[in-house]
Amino acid sequence: MTLTHPSKWEQYFWPLAAGALFLATWHFSVRWSGSTIFPSPLDVEKGVAELLRKGLLGSYITDSLIRVGIGFSAAALLGIPIGLVLGWYPASAQVVNPVIQMLRPISPIAWIPLAIVWFGVGDAAAIYLIFLGAFFPIVVAAMNGVRNVPSMFRRAGRNFGLKPAQLLAKVVFPAALPQIIVGLRIALGIAWLVVVAAEMIAVDSGLGYLVIDARNSGKRYDLVVAAMLMIGLIGLGLDFGFRRLETIRSLRWGFRND
Amino acid sequence: MATQPVTAHASKALKTKLKASGINVVFRRDGQRTNVLEGIDLEVGEGEFLCLLGPSGCGKSTLLNAVAGFLSPTSGEVRIDGEVVSGPDPRRIFVFQERGVFPWLTVEGNIGFGLYNLPKDEQQRRIAHYVKLVGLQGFEKTYPQELSGGMKQRVEVARALAVNPDMMFLDEPFGALDSITRLIMRGELLRIWEAERKTIIFVTHDIEEAVQLADRVVVMSARPAKIQKVVEIDIPHPRDISSQRYLELRDGIFEEIGLAHKV
Amino acid sequence: MKLARQWRPLALIATLLLAWHIAITRQSVRLLPTPLEVARGIAELAERGLLLKYVVASLFRVTWGFATAAIIAIPAGLAIGWYRRSEMALNPLIQIFRPISPLAWIPISILWFGVGDVAAIFLIFLASLLPLTLTAMNAVGSINPVHINAGRNFGLSHAQLVYRVLYPAVIPQLIIGLRITLGVAWLVVVAAEMIAVNSGLGFLIVDARNAGNRYDLVVAGMVLIGLIGLLLDTGMRSFESIRSLRWGYSED
Repeated sequence: MTLTHPSKWEQYFWPLAAGALFLATWHFSVRWSGSTIFPSPLDVEKGVAELLRKGLLGSYITDSLIRVGIGFSAAALLGIPIGLVLGWYPASAQVVNPVIQMLRPISPIAWIPLAIVWFGVGDAAAIYLIFLGAFFPIVVAAMNGVRNVPSMFRRAGRNFGLKPAQLLAKVVFPAALPQIIVGLRIALGIAWLVVVAAEMIAVDSGLGYLVIDARNSGKRYDLVVAAMLMIGLIGLGLDFGFRRLETIRSLRWGFRND
Repeated sequence: MATQPVTAHASKALKTKLKASGINVVFRRDGQRTNVLEGIDLEVGEGEFLCLLGPSGCGKSTLLNAVAGFLSPTSGEVRIDGEVVSGPDPRRIFVFQERGVFPWLTVEGNIGFGLYNLPKDEQQRRIAHYVKLVGLQGFEKTYPQELSGGMKQRVEVARALAVNPDMMFLDEPFGALDSITRLIMRGELLRIWEAERKTIIFVTHDIEEAVQLADRVVVMSARPAKIQKVVEIDIPHPRDISSQRYLELRDGIFEEIGLAHKV
Repeated sequence: MKLARQWRPLALIATLLLAWHIAITRQSVRLLPTPLEVARGIAELAERGLLLKYVVASLFRVTWGFATAAIIAIPAGLAIGWYRRSEMALNPLIQIFRPISPLAWIPISILWFGVGDVAAIFLIFLASLLPLTLTAMNAVGSINPVHINAGRNFGLSHAQLVYRVLYPAVIPQLIIGLRITLGVAWLVVVAAEMIAVNSGLGFLIVDARNAGNRYDLVVAGMVLIGLIGLLLDTGMRSFESIRSLRWGYSED
């Protein structure tokens, strides 16, 4: 919004400057407070190196990613068709919507006791929670994607003699796809938040578990923060990867290019 | 100013392709009734280029949707080739303002969209033919996003032509284009029409456009829309837009609508 | 029997409740509650005075955490969005912090604030801070430049530009962002309470199970969470229908 246009080198300068300032402030606050518990950036770096050496980093990250992968895929496989149907038959959406609206505000974490009763403590419960977290956003995105298909496209499809099933496959689904992808990306972000929370409570591996365990078994706050950093970076990576999908040529039309 | 509804009969020389009788369309919204179309009687000859002319919102698009089968009239019926129209059909393709082009398909993909029942080689042949006809060679693999408004409009026209329909309905197709492109596109449309001789019903609010393109212009009144007057444009193509006859016809329509032709 | 439009959702809910009831009563070992038992559980909580107490506790934490975050995040986000260089500087940091679940901050928040209300409120504050900042940043980014230019054309000073063009233009988007983030805050308060405090609906869920496998109260807690979350969302939506703001929301 400001009037002067920043130059190319500034694109790198400002973030790096902000990052450096942040690290410096962090470092000196820790020093100044004289805390022996709270880690400085250097402590965190050493913590990461330690985890790498012990081989824990790789295995914890993998565990978290696998849980997310399974839960998210299940949510997508189930959620997209359901959302498409709800969007296609507005009457069905009207009936089901209140139920969705009531279930949606219940944090997946609140489902933990039930999940443990059904699945026991372990991976299945965690995956179920991830599924819950990702399911509703995906259904809603697919439903709205279908609803927002301009009526012109549907009319053109009918005009060319398409039957309803063909219409859904050849016109409505491609038209709704950009919105579905945005929904998937958001749901993946949610899944990543939930897996960390689920691991803090219900399993014994993964980055979320590491956050709790590092504190409980020895107040290793350097490892706690190291784990948080990894969580942030990987979550960011997942989001980036998904955004690459939005640049595919046959999909690019549906995304605003800033 | 005629207050009686006028019946638009087809020219004697042509076989009747489309006949709309006693079309009334009433919209109900929130308990209110709006008469959009009243007592429309329209006949269109085969191979004719007919224009529906009127100000925006007067109901001409509604009429077009009704005869194309996208809208059921409240009363009255539409027959094409003697058959009652009950829904959309590939034999009569509706062309929107370039917004109807599917953004997820290339130019080729769009033009070939309605050809799914044909064997592959026939599809290729037709796509190639119509790409050439509308002058988009070289852009086959381009996505609509990368095309200009005029080019997108050509894609839509080519898509409509590719399925070899009997009739085409165009709803202000050049409305979103700048006036220079519009002039070019009118010429292109006429060229294509003369090559393929489809029956065309063309909706516009632009008097010049109507007189330049149509064999007959159906002037429609404001809501509730009735046919106010039918003007036959008896100038052969290519039409000289500074000729006396052209100006006579054009000014006549201006007056019919109640406008002065001096600004 | 064709059911009138409005009753169909209720019919669906009634059918689901019935199916739930049957599924439970058919089991020989009954751990999970039937709908009736859940209803009685809610009544029991009301009797013991816990219903109001827990609901208020949860709402209290949400309100404090959310409001504090909003007061900081919205002006900050608007400023960051307005000055492109600041956005360039801070965006990467924001993007790294954003995927970190608020719950991952629990050890640190307990370290700083001990176990209790403040820690829980801090978590909600964290959960709301970045989404609200991003909402404000995006709202600024989507202001129509034509409006800014018109403002400058009419000779508005910088401060006037902010007050008479920027603020009104961003309000519709901010309201939507506030509603969505409130939903997130509500999800987090429940999770935070399950871990860090001893009152509130989240705590109820954990406690009811730990102190005697009272799954009827567990599910009662879940039902209440769902209802209140829905009410919060509906309440926020009503802001979107204020006439002078309706321009910012597309026709449905």
